[in-house]
Amino acid sequence: MLVLLAALSTIVSGCASAEAAGTSVEIGIRYSRFHPANVTVPRGRPVTFVIRNDDPIDHEWIIGSEAVHEAHRTGSEAHHDGRPTEVTVPALSTRETTVTLAEAGSLEFLCHLPGHEAYGMSGTLTVEG
Amino acid sequence: MRRLITAAGAATLVLLTAAGTTLACGGLIGPNGAVNLLRTTTFAGYHDGIEHYVTSFEFAGGGGAFGSIVPLPGVPSNVERGGDWTLQRLLRETEPVEDFGFERLSAASAAGESAEVLLETKIDALDITVLKGGGDQVGTWAKDHGFRLPPDAPEVLDFYAERSPIFLAASFDAAAAAERGQQLGDGTPVHVTVPTPNPWVPLRILGLGKNGQERIEADVYLLTDRKPVMLPVGRENGLLIEHNAPATELLLNDLRSDKGMEWIPESGWLTKIGVDATAAQLKHDLAIDASGQGQPSLVAAGMKLPGPAQAPVPTDNALALVLASSLLLIAAAVVGVRLGRPSITPAQ
Repeated sequence: MLVLLAALSTIVSGCASAEAAGTSVEIGIRYSRFHPANVTVPRGRPVTFVIRNDDPIDHEWIIGSEAVHEAHRTGSEAHHDGRPTEVTVPALSTRETTVTLAEAGSLEFLCHLPGHEAYGMSGTLTVEG
Repeated sequence: MRRLITAAGAATLVLLTAAGTTLACGGLIGPNGAVNLLRTTTFAGYHDGIEHYVTSFEFAGGGGAFGSIVPLPGVPSNVERGGDWTLQRLLRETEPVEDFGFERLSAASAAGESAEVLLETKIDALDITVLKGGGDQVGTWAKDHGFRLPPDAPEVLDFYAERSPIFLAASFDAAAAAERGQQLGDGTPVHVTVPTPNPWVPLRILGLGKNGQERIEADVYLLTDRKPVMLPVGRENGLLIEHNAPATELLLNDLRSDKGMEWIPESGWLTKIGVDATAAQLKHDLAIDASGQGQPSLVAAGMKLPGPAQAPVPTDNALALVLASSLLLIAAAVVGVRLGRPSITPAQ
């Protein structure tokens, strides 16, 4: 958990002022795939991710460094709603989360439910700036 | 490990597996997403437009419930406890050395709507539910009833629901099984009767929960009134015809003497199709034309979506496909299939 929190602190600050920035990104989920799978956002500005799950099964949208993902691969949290970069999206529902990414670079977003990453539930977030 | 599916008429999906000459092994998705092995057995027969499907759901132990979802070609007119040894007798027929004892049914798939429950029954420790609905509806019903669906389930359920919105969900209550004294591997045979114009055997669902490179091995037995034409077959599809002959009088008499098997005809054709494919390779079902028209349906095979102008494969083309694969065509009235049943574990 410490690894995960430390990793998050380097890429995230705040989660509540996305509306003011007006930056919003929609990510759909269908047949256990992210659509689009490649997203580009600006550095240092709040971005609201609107994640719509059109599948009849639950999914997750978790963004972070490899250390974050590795922690989740062996983690045991069944539900995510306490961190803006980790969102459980129940079946046939939509969730929003606002994230400010402080550093330019590339991050993966994944679903860490059993078998989902291996099935191909991954995407890439490019932070420009 | 060989999986055994017995399918009657092609309509019902029999997900059975058997190891060699023993019984069947199917994939069971556990609470942690791991795929375990589950042994099950099934038999199906097609005669006079009725598919009789007998499958055995085997108790895999554990402290909770687990189950399977089986696509069906139509609405069953009856679901009851099946005979006890039909599958074993069929295996003996084709493996004598071994010693072992469409038309489109439109389905609304609006998100959030529930699947319609057409039939509920309990057979021993099995809770059987026949559902009608789109992929999302059936998936939602399964989730709401504790089934843990693997990530490929949404696409696979839609694949079937677009052609037939009928599914059979079987949930094994481990506690009830324990009360009945059922041991690990004990099977409960279920006989499903489905009126359908032509049988088909769902094969793609055998790969449910498996990665693309995992192998699927199964034996599919077909017993039909006449020599069937099937689509697809061939090594490139992982389907090989391994037995192709008139059913013997002794076999038919033996099958007919089992519980609920009085419908077995006086004559028929027995076909055995060996399935040996990767999950990525097995993207179609087995369409069977047992009518004598020689026109297996592209829709039934999952190669086309249903629609008003579906053209069946011409007889010559179908024959060419089979001959090109150096395979024999089989006509039969009853279908016995040995396959692996992908099972889905209800959450604890």
